[in-house]
Amino acid sequence: MSKLGKVLQMKNRSVFSSLLVFVALVLGCAASRLAAAKPPEGDLGPPVGPPIHAVLTAPPNVPPPTHRHQPAKVIVELEIRELEKEISQGVRYTFWTFGGTVPGSFIRVRQGDTVEFHLKNHPDNKMPHNIDLHGVIGPGGGAASSFTAPGHESQFTFKALHQGIYVYHCATSPVGMHVGNGMYGLMLVEPPEGLKPVDHEYYVMQGDFYTVGKYREKGAQSFDMQKAIDEKPTYVLFNGSEGSLVGDNALSAKVGERIRLFIGNGGPNMVSSFHVIGEIFDKVWFEGGTRFQENVQTTLIPSGGAVIAEFHTVVPGSFIMVDHSIFRAFNKGALAILKVTGPENKLVYSGKEVDSVYLGDKAENLKVVSQVAASAAQGTLTVEQQVKAGEALFAGTCSVCHQANGQGMEGVFPPLAGSDLLAATPKRAIVIALNGLSGPITVNGKTYNSVMPPMSQLNDDEIANILTFVTHSWGNTGSAAFSAAEVRDARKATARPPGAAD
Amino acid sequence: MLLALGGAAGLSAAERAPVPGADFVSVLPSGTQAPAVHVGSFAMDRQPVTNAQYLAFVLEHPQWRRDRIAKLIADGDYLSHWAAADRLGESVQPDQPVTRVSWFAARAYCEAHGGRLPDWQEWELVAAADEQHADARHDPDWQAKILDWYGRPASEPLANVGLGAANYYGIQDLHGLVWEWVEDFNALIVSGDSREQGDPDRLKFCGAGALSLKDRENYAVLMRIAFLSSLEARSTAHSLGFRCASGRDP
Repeated sequence: MSKLGKVLQMKNRSVFSSLLVFVALVLGCAASRLAAAKPPEGDLGPPVGPPIHAVLTAPPNVPPPTHRHQPAKVIVELEIRELEKEISQGVRYTFWTFGGTVPGSFIRVRQGDTVEFHLKNHPDNKMPHNIDLHGVIGPGGGAASSFTAPGHESQFTFKALHQGIYVYHCATSPVGMHVGNGMYGLMLVEPPEGLKPVDHEYYVMQGDFYTVGKYREKGAQSFDMQKAIDEKPTYVLFNGSEGSLVGDNALSAKVGERIRLFIGNGGPNMVSSFHVIGEIFDKVWFEGGTRFQENVQTTLIPSGGAVIAEFHTVVPGSFIMVDHSIFRAFNKGALAILKVTGPENKLVYSGKEVDSVYLGDKAENLKVVSQVAASAAQGTLTVEQQVKAGEALFAGTCSVCHQANGQGMEGVFPPLAGSDLLAATPKRAIVIALNGLSGPITVNGKTYNSVMPPMSQLNDDEIANILTFVTHSWGNTGSAAFSAAEVRDARKATARPPGAAD
Repeated sequence: MLLALGGAAGLSAAERAPVPGADFVSVLPSGTQAPAVHVGSFAMDRQPVTNAQYLAFVLEHPQWRRDRIAKLIADGDYLSHWAAADRLGESVQPDQPVTRVSWFAARAYCEAHGGRLPDWQEWELVAAADEQHADARHDPDWQAKILDWYGRPASEPLANVGLGAANYYGIQDLHGLVWEWVEDFNALIVSGDSREQGDPDRLKFCGAGALSLKDRENYAVLMRIAFLSSLEARSTAHSLGFRCASGRDP
């Protein structure tokens, strides 16, 4: 702009502002006449102090509390970026984002604040966009005033009259595509008194994604409108990527801390059954409202809705957050991890004490096993004792596949009862029990081709007893009993497959 | 100057392809009982206007230089990617489509070249074609091509014009290169009025998506309308160019 132009503009501005003063005076008179008109509910008066620039944070971080006790004018500057990023390992997707992340930047204001909202559509973007903030009362939640072409900026102002946690999203046609590409986020309107301090606040938002390629199909993937219309998502994700909240990116806390989650659901289609495996929410402000429910296991978050959930950590470990519509967690990516570190509390949670299959009323029989172990130590072990102990152990470990009657399952699990293979090479059973067996074998004229995992977690006594039981049951003509020493030797002589116990 | 730039600044009818008149079902409601509207025959530029062509125009009509244009008719980004008001510079290719031009500027260019901007229906009619068919809108490949472009960020440098395949009418680059101005872009929202539950703001909000996506193939085109309706006549954008048309039989 030329210098003259600038001068003219400044002149205009001063003329304009004096005009404003005049208009304000006139309006002021008019207003005093209308003074009886009440301010809207939730209005806490005019802004106090200089304008404040809102701190925006990328997920999973949440801006610090406002710590304010008076309404302020808050300036929010949100930039829209269209970016190619990883949706899953090796899978690229062009996301449309508020602030460069999915979900978009977290906005935190206080009830009664006057928010001057600047929506900037980056010049490198291809699409026009706007914003519909569910926390805004007005046409389109701001969408009417924020339709913005690439390389342009829109501004509108609203008063945050209602406290709560609110979704915002793009509402440009076709809306489902803009939302489906990641254009949503959360705005927290703090109550006037603020929220109770906690040790951690985290920002997690679920969304469903529709790609032309299948789940985890590598390369650049594009949006699939038909899948979106059919509501058949390829991915259901927390924070826009399969890896966003696992591994090094997992959320973290220590034992004995209080955690507040702001959990949103951008949709566009799916409703979330949000659950943290191994935790119970102390309080959930369901639907983002002012009432809370206590002692909640799973909370329902509608598409375009959000909740505040609080819980405290008691024991260490990895706590997995899922959409408990559970195929989404394990086959579409809706999985996040909270890593809690600190001392164990065995009174609350013991860790694994027994590793066995459910025994039902046979649990009593395990007493036999310990008696037999004692006999073995004293050198007074009999074959009968071994068979008895082996029976109890077999029921726990082996009968799931080979069946309680040793008949196995035709075509899947070979029989042990009357097995010609076992009769021919009884001692091979030790190695099979220790190291497992996979690939084709023929038993009693029938071919089996499946996998038996190694059972090397059993000790030498246990394996000897099980095999003694097997070779002395169901009409198997017992060879000599198996001894723990034989098993110990086989354990030394052979190598365990990777991952098996030594 | 004009002679010197010769073909680059070419503006003759030979650069325009004839488009025969047709009855055409637009994604926009026709406003009458009949679903189709009649589009009389006209001619349209085979390619979008290039930087070189627009530079020639600016040199001949200096009131359209970026340092002389009134802010009222072009925003601050007008031709801002050029090295200077009268020079493209190293990083701008002569054969790239010109972008960052306002509707006023595009119109003036077309007038200076014996033409006008195409209106939306003309543009949509020509853009509905693929290489073999006048109307390929139900062809998944046609849609996929458009959507693929939407899916790519606009930060990559623009390709030169003329690299896309010529369509049924012998016209190139309608999809996959730039957005294009149309004469009646400003009416694209207003036309919402003619809908039964006419809310003029419909295109801005959720309702538009639900309403207009009855036919899935519409949405590729609809996004172009959404883009155009986000503009003001003085707006410019990094990925927004234009081409000219001329003539129109009733």
